[in-house]
Amino acid sequence: MTNLDHAMPLIFLGLMGLAMLIYVVLDGYDLGVGLLMVGASDAHKDRMVASIGPFWDANETWLVLGVGTLLIAFPKAQGLILNALYLPVCLMLLGLILRGVAFDFRVKVDAQWKPLWNRAFMAGSLLAALAQGWMLGRYITGLQSGWAFDLFAAAIALALAAAYALLGAGWLLMKTEGALQRLALARAKQAWPAVVLGLALISVATPWVSPTVRERWFKMPGLIALMPIPLMCGLALLVLRAQLNSSRVLGKLCWLPFALTVAVMVLGFFGLAYSLYPYVMVDRMTAWEAAAAPASLRFILVGCAISVPVILAYTAFAYRVFWGKAGELHYG
Amino acid sequence: MDALMLARLQFAANISFHILFPTITIALGWVLLFMRWRWLRSGQAHWLTAYRFWTKVFALSFALGVVSGITMSFQFGTNWPGFMERAGNIAGPLLGYEVLTAFFLEAGFLGVMLFGQGRVSERVHLWATFLVAFGTTLSAFWILSLNSWMQTPQGHEIINGEFHALSWWAVIFNPSLPYRLTHKLLASGLTVAFFLAGVSAWQLLKGQVQAHTVPVLRLGLVLAAALIPLQILVGDLHGLNTLKHQPAKVAAMEGVWQTERGAPLLLFAVPNEAERRNDHALGIPKLASLILTHEAEGEIRGLDEFRGAHPPVAPLFYGFRLMVGLGMLMLVFSWGGLWLLRRRGALALPRPWLWGLALMSFSGWGATLAGWYVTEIGRQPFIVYGLLRTAEVASTTPGSTIAASLAGYLSLYLALLLAYVAVVKRLAEQPAAEYGSTAVARPALNAGSHA
Repeated sequence: MTNLDHAMPLIFLGLMGLAMLIYVVLDGYDLGVGLLMVGASDAHKDRMVASIGPFWDANETWLVLGVGTLLIAFPKAQGLILNALYLPVCLMLLGLILRGVAFDFRVKVDAQWKPLWNRAFMAGSLLAALAQGWMLGRYITGLQSGWAFDLFAAAIALALAAAYALLGAGWLLMKTEGALQRLALARAKQAWPAVVLGLALISVATPWVSPTVRERWFKMPGLIALMPIPLMCGLALLVLRAQLNSSRVLGKLCWLPFALTVAVMVLGFFGLAYSLYPYVMVDRMTAWEAAAAPASLRFILVGCAISVPVILAYTAFAYRVFWGKAGELHYG
Repeated sequence: MDALMLARLQFAANISFHILFPTITIALGWVLLFMRWRWLRSGQAHWLTAYRFWTKVFALSFALGVVSGITMSFQFGTNWPGFMERAGNIAGPLLGYEVLTAFFLEAGFLGVMLFGQGRVSERVHLWATFLVAFGTTLSAFWILSLNSWMQTPQGHEIINGEFHALSWWAVIFNPSLPYRLTHKLLASGLTVAFFLAGVSAWQLLKGQVQAHTVPVLRLGLVLAAALIPLQILVGDLHGLNTLKHQPAKVAAMEGVWQTERGAPLLLFAVPNEAERRNDHALGIPKLASLILTHEAEGEIRGLDEFRGAHPPVAPLFYGFRLMVGLGMLMLVFSWGGLWLLRRRGALALPRPWLWGLALMSFSGWGATLAGWYVTEIGRQPFIVYGLLRTAEVASTTPGSTIAASLAGYLSLYLALLLAYVAVVKRLAEQPAAEYGSTAVARPALNAGSHA
C-alpha cells in the first residue's frame, strides 16, 4: 500500500466533512429563512423566498455530495449509519421535499392555495432543520440509544434550528432593506440566546455522553491546542451580539452578522472534527476500516480534484450575478 | 408482506416518481435552448413567450426532480446497504461522477437561467441555458452507465464477495449502455414532444390561443414525428442486445415458457405463473422469432431454462405491451397530426383529434414507466445481473418502519403529482400577459449588464 493509498480515506473524510459543512452553511441560511417566514407578512414572505430562490438548488446539492461521499468512500459504514438513522432521514427528506417544491408551487397555484404552500415551505424547513440536528446529535454520540442520548439529540435538534434561524436572519440583513431588514434584526436578537444556550449545552453534554470525546478534550497537551476554538467561538458570539445593537448592521456592516455566524459554525465544525477524527463512526469504525477499495478512491479523487474547484468557481459566479439586495424574481 | 418486498416497493415508488421529472427536463432543457435561440435569431416574440411559459414548467419539473433525486441518493443506503458494501467500488465512483460533473452543473446554472435575464448578457444567459441542458443530459449518461452495468456487468473482478474495477472504460461503456442511453434520451424527447403538443392542443380546445400556441404545437408534432421511427429502431436494437445478454428477460417479455423455434408474437395472453404457461393466448405465428432472431424458425430460449433465476412474468409481459402500444399511438398521432395540420391549418383542427392529443400529453410518462418496469423487474432476482441477488443486499430495517415511511412517501407523491398536473393546466389556461409577453424588443447578443 502506497502512502497515497493510506492517506486516501483521510482525504475523503475531509471531503465529506467539507461538503457537509458547506451544506450546513448554505442550505442552513435557506432553511433559516424558511423558519423566519413564520409570522411574516405575505409581501415579506415573497421577498424572503426571492432572496434564496436562485441559490437553493445548488445549495442542496452539497448534501448529495456529502451523503454521496459517505456511500462512495465509506461503503462499510453507510449501511450502519443510515440504518440507525432511518426515521430521521425519512423525516428530513419529507421536509426537504415539501420545502423544495413549495418554492415553485407557492407562486404558480391559484391564490387560494398559496397560504397552504407557504405553510408547507415553513413546515418543511422546520422538519428538515430539526431532523438534521437530531441526526447530528445521534451521530456525535456514536448512534447509541438510551434516554440521555435521545435528550442530547433533541437538544442539538433545537440548537441547530436556532443556528439556522440566526444564519437566515444574517442572510436577510444582507439581502433586504427597510421593514423586512428590521424584522430580520429583531429575529437575530431572538435567536442569539438560543444559539448560545445550545452551544453551551453541547459543549457540556458532548464530553459527558461520549467518553472518547471526554478524553480528547481534557487530556494535556491537547487541551491547550483545543482552547482557541471555544475562545474564538465565544468572542465571535459576543461581537455578534454587540453588533446587533448597532444600526450599522442595517447599513454598511450588513454582512457582519452573517459572517460571524458562519465563523461560529466553522469553529464548531473544527471542534467536532477534532473530537471525532479519525472515526467515521465514533469508537466503532475508523476511516481506514470503512473505506472503499483504493483503486476506486483513486479514480474518484481525479474527478474531485478537477471538478470541485470548477464547482466552487461557478458557484461564486452565480452568487456574483445575484449580488446585492434581492429584488422580485421573474422567470425569463 | 415481508420487509424485502416493502423495501422494493418503497424504492420503486420513489424512483418511479423521480424518473417522471428528469424525463421531462432532459429534453425540455434542449427545447428551451432552441426557443431561446430562435427568438434571438428571428426576433419573433412568440418564441420569447413560449420560452417563458415552458421555463416555468421546467423550473417546477426540475424542483420535483431534485427533491426526489436527493431522496433516492439516501435510499441507496437506507434500502440497499448491502449493494454499496458489495458493489460500492463500482457504483460509488459512477454516482460520484454524476454528482460532481452533472448535478452541480445543472443546479449551479439553473438560478442564472431562471432568474438571470437582465442581470447577465444575453450571451451568458444563452450559455447558462445550454449548461443546464448539458448537465441534465450528462447526468442521464452517468446514471444510465451505472444502471447498464447492473444489467450487463463487465470490467470487474470479485474478491471475497466484493466487486473491484479492473477497467473503468469497460465498466462505464458496458454492452447495454449505448442502447439504453439512446433509448432513454429518445424517450425523453418523445415525452416532451407530446407534452408540448398536448398542452398546446389543450389551449386550442379551451380557446386560450396564444401567439406561441400553434408554433409550439407544430414543434411538438415535428419532434415526435422525427423521433418515433428512431425510437422504434433503437428499441428493436435494444431488444436484440437484451436477448444476447439477458435472455430470461426477453423470454418473460414475450411469454415464452419453453424453448421454441418459430415462436409466435403474443398480442394478448394471461401468463400463468403457477402452471408455467399462458392462458387465452392470441398471437401471430413465428413473428417473435422473426423479430428477435431475424429468422422465422429462429430459436428463443424459454423461461424453463432459467428456473429459480428469472423475473416474474406478468409485469414484464404486460409492461412491454403497454410500452409498445403507447409507441404505436405516438406514431399515429404524430404523423396523422402533421398531416391534419398541413391539410386543415391549426385553427380548423377537428376537436376529437385535439382531445386525443391533449390526452396524450403525459403518454411519454406511461411509456417510460412501463419500459423501466420491464427492464428493472426484468433484472430480478438479481441486483447485479447474474452475480448478486437483491435479497442479499436488503436492509435489516424492520418492515413496520419501512411500511410507515412508504405510506408517507406515497401520499406525498400522489399529492405532488396532482398539484403538478393542476399547475400545468392552470398555466396553460392563463393569458400570456401574466407571464410577461410585453418585452418584445429583440436585444443584441451582448446587451444587459451585471446589476
